[in-house]
Amino acid sequence: MSKRIVKPVLSAREAVAGIAGGATVMIGGFNYGGVPYTLVEALLEQGATNLTLIANDTAYDDVGHGRLVREGRVKKVVASHVGLNKTTQRLFNEGKMELELVPQGTFAERIRAGGFGLGGILTPTGVGTVVEEGKQVLEVQGKRYILELPLRADVALLRAFRADTMGNLTYRGTNRNFNPAMATAADLVIAEVDEILSPGGLDAEDIVTPGILVDILVMKGDSYYASRT
Amino acid sequence: MLPELDEERVRHRIARRIAMEFENGDVVNLGIGIPTLVSDYIPEDVHVIFQTENGVVGAGPKPEKEDLRYIGAGGRCLSVLPGGACIASDLSFGLIRGGHLDATVLGALEADQEANLANWMIPGKMVPGMGGAMDLVTGARRVILATTHTNKKGEPKILRKCRLPLTGKAVVSLIVTEFAVLRFREGKLVLEEIAPEVTLDQVRAATEAEFVVADPLLPMKGIEKEEVVA
Repeated sequence: MSKRIVKPVLSAREAVAGIAGGATVMIGGFNYGGVPYTLVEALLEQGATNLTLIANDTAYDDVGHGRLVREGRVKKVVASHVGLNKTTQRLFNEGKMELELVPQGTFAERIRAGGFGLGGILTPTGVGTVVEEGKQVLEVQGKRYILELPLRADVALLRAFRADTMGNLTYRGTNRNFNPAMATAADLVIAEVDEILSPGGLDAEDIVTPGILVDILVMKGDSYYASRT
Repeated sequence: MLPELDEERVRHRIARRIAMEFENGDVVNLGIGIPTLVSDYIPEDVHVIFQTENGVVGAGPKPEKEDLRYIGAGGRCLSVLPGGACIASDLSFGLIRGGHLDATVLGALEADQEANLANWMIPGKMVPGMGGAMDLVTGARRVILATTHTNKKGEPKILRKCRLPLTGKAVVSLIVTEFAVLRFREGKLVLEEIAPEVTLDQVRAATEAEFVVADPLLPMKGIEKEEVVA
């Protein structure tokens, strides 16, 4: 995609049109907060399958990206917690979907590594548990750490609060969660927002995600959770 | 066999006892279930700062007017108290892993005498994922378990060695059940307090782990504040 200073404001349908089958998609959110519902709904309609979903959790069976799992559109989930979505557990137990469970702090840091140009991170989390199986464990200054590798995606679907036309983003409350990290770690970054202001409309001190990371802006829709979160 | 207590009474007893563990200024993360109740029992003269791993430092109770943009880790709405901060997950877990939390309170499927904890999966049955638990037990200065003394079948949950996949190795500081307070002191599990409904022999029979009995063994604190249920 060529560089653009002013970011296109598209409909959700237009924004996700190019997501191909088999794509790796990062989706922001924790539980039902900070999920880009309007973009996820558009992706549901768009029909892409065999997706690899990188999200903290798989929401609920009938909420947000949980529906992508329920409709059999996901071949692999990378998440820290899937306990609220019964379909995720069932498909995994039946061997119909891959599931990579990652401790939540490691999940955040692997995404950051993916976006921050790091070859991986060393974390003490999971040492002495099944999490270290098949991974390099390094001893640094007398302490054991697991080498965890970066996560990146083809597309990141984010939920932010206010944007300006240059793609700068602010967040609201606990909707922030993984969204700012994911903004750094995907080839195409699409942000769903409440409001789009002119450049200068956001105080530079309040901007969390600089617009150079964001490719497309979409206004949030009016579905139940999109309008309430 | 342990006597059967009313389930709500059990939950609140455990929460009330754990709430006595904190000092002014402690930064504490509460897990889902019994741990959530702990915030209701913090003594008035102790100011604890609650952190939720999904992004609040300084979380307060559910507000009158719910705003779904402010939720706790269990999905319930919360308030951000004056002086509180909304942060991203990477910073939140930086606080957790980086040793900036004084305590985390979690539930347990199993714990053992080597201070190991298992609370995130039952192979073949339940694969909810570890969420933030592995980071919390790794990084928090104190790991406090809020758990019933035995499981639903009446079998001990405090074992010689955990059988389920571990959440953390040698991480537990304190175990509070409805019948006992057990603390790790210099690597040894010590029974410090016991509830009035049970004898030491009953606690031994319902606990697989080896433990030392503190001298003096105290009555479990906080029970005197329970309302007498006829």
